Amino acid sequence: MQVTSSVREPLITGGKTLKDVTHDISRQVEGKPSIGWILGLLVSVGALGLGGLALAATLWEGIGMWGLNKTIGWAWDITNFVWWVGIGHAGTLISAVLLLFRQKWRMAINRAAEAMTIFAVICAAMFPIIHMGRPWVGAYWALPLPNTWGSLWVNFNSPLLWDVFAISTYFSVSLVFWYIGLIPDFATIRDRATGLRKTIYGALAFGWDGAAKTWSRYESVALILAGLATPLVLSVHTIVSFDFATSVIPGWHTTIFPPYFVAGAIFSGFAMVLTLMIITRKLFKLEDYITIGHIELMNIVIIITGSIVGIAYITEFFIAWYSGVAPEQYAFVNRAFGPYWWAYWAMMTCNVISPQLFWFKKIRTSIVLTFILSIVVNIGMWFERFVIIVTSLHRDFLPSSWAMFYPTWADVGVYLFTFGLFFTLFLLFAKFFPVINMAEVKSIVKSSSEKVTK
Amino acid sequence: MERDKNFILGVYDDEDVLLDAITKVRQSGVKIHEVYSPFPVHGIDDVLGYKRSKLPIAAFLFGMLGTSLALLMQFYMMKWDWPMIIGGKDYAGFPVFVPVTFELTVLLAAFGMVGVFFVSSNLKPWGQARIFDLRVTDDKHVMAIDLAVNSGMEEEKLAEVLKSSGASEVNKKSFE
Repeated sequence: MQVTSSVREPLITGGKTLKDVTHDISRQVEGKPSIGWILGLLVSVGALGLGGLALAATLWEGIGMWGLNKTIGWAWDITNFVWWVGIGHAGTLISAVLLLFRQKWRMAINRAAEAMTIFAVICAAMFPIIHMGRPWVGAYWALPLPNTWGSLWVNFNSPLLWDVFAISTYFSVSLVFWYIGLIPDFATIRDRATGLRKTIYGALAFGWDGAAKTWSRYESVALILAGLATPLVLSVHTIVSFDFATSVIPGWHTTIFPPYFVAGAIFSGFAMVLTLMIITRKLFKLEDYITIGHIELMNIVIIITGSIVGIAYITEFFIAWYSGVAPEQYAFVNRAFGPYWWAYWAMMTCNVISPQLFWFKKIRTSIVLTFILSIVVNIGMWFERFVIIVTSLHRDFLPSSWAMFYPTWADVGVYLFTFGLFFTLFLLFAKFFPVINMAEVKSIVKSSSEKVTK
Repeated sequence: MERDKNFILGVYDDEDVLLDAITKVRQSGVKIHEVYSPFPVHGIDDVLGYKRSKLPIAAFLFGMLGTSLALLMQFYMMKWDWPMIIGGKDYAGFPVFVPVTFELTVLLAAFGMVGVFFVSSNLKPWGQARIFDLRVTDDKHVMAIDLAVNSGMEEEKLAEVLKSSGASEVNKKSFE
């Protein structure tokens, strides 16, 4: 028998039955798209097309189209790369880490969060690939291909190469994890449908029949994938931080980077999950599944990771002073009070101060304020990467090479392209795939719905 | 009567009733073909007497394969095939091989295990499910009993066992 606590809030409100769950989630897959969805898709595809021009120009002319110069060789491109990868982390954290901790509230949001991970990683992976300048020959530099095919073997001493392995493993394992979860739900839609829809979802459902034996294997696959994905997600952002930390640039060469980057990634990822979920629950009327309780729990994760990030910023400053290394000290003073002071203080305000507002229950249970703060956090996290990358590079060891970075229209355009891509993919997912994991939610209807708890 | 053709189905509305029913049905000497559910029911493999899945072992073996291939690849490329001094480092400094080794271990473990899962559960693109009742992917649990396997018992008796175990409906299903 299920034991329920009278203290815990119900995870599903509105007295839903199993049939209601099937109906509420399948409805948006089967019905006509709403006006809001069509408008959203038009805007996203517009951004994709407009940004596509900048991408085409960059591919045609080369990365000279960007604002990079001899001193600042990494700027918006790598900032955007780290930003998107970071956003991706929340999906795996929700689906894998919260599964290991048996947190049932993950069930309503894991599907969409994993989709977000996959799309964010696609956007992220674009930047290092375009940054190669000639991506069509990039395979020679990025993949271990035989010497007779082109250049020498790749360099396994380089964290940039580790990144290739980390990001591609992360992408493919997340994709598989996500798809396994989708199979039973595709079967649900297949069994409700007729005609072409039955054929399409039938093909996607892989012949799922819901047998107890298959469910038992499914559960053990999900558990082990979660166990594999947990160290994987930590390794990915650790390796991204190695791109910086293993170099000898003041401001980058710090041992604090791996945990600090991972915390920052979870922080920005949860903020993006909130941005997306608040829109999705409204657009598809899922308020009974993604409740204020879910939003509040995610906000609590944001307070924790935001505070870790804040402590990391302060620790970096302290260690720079305590190390007694003059270039290191200069790099940090220059961050806060140099020509890019505004970026530094934008980061500090958005990432350290704004999430502390979530200590107030009124704020963390308010949908409007959560939505605004979730965007503020992601603006802050973009500035964090910009500050780390550009302000550390722009004044290097040789004052005669000091320079400033100014983005060109192509920099902005390629970034816009990834936004277009991300939201186009997410909106298509939200319309054509079941946006909430029906099977998992059904398994907690009896124990965690309002009817039982109250 | 031929096996795997003619079934009697017990339809259950509630997972806890189902779990009790499985025990009752098995105690009365009926062999259950399989139980179909819209979601994973905890403890169902115990009452059905299923053994623990061996998928973790598959994952471990594939993971070990990933570890070995990754180390072999890196040592071969960096030390044996084309040794080069990069930044004054060792040709084959083991610590720098750890990240790629870890990633390939995870990659092969995940893909290998999922591959074994698909093959053992007969899941494939465009795979056709044998559907006993369309509602098993919606809101009902269905217990399928093969009439040929339980030929020692009369059909009415089987229906009676299912009914008394708490089934909300008892249906028949035949496949060609």
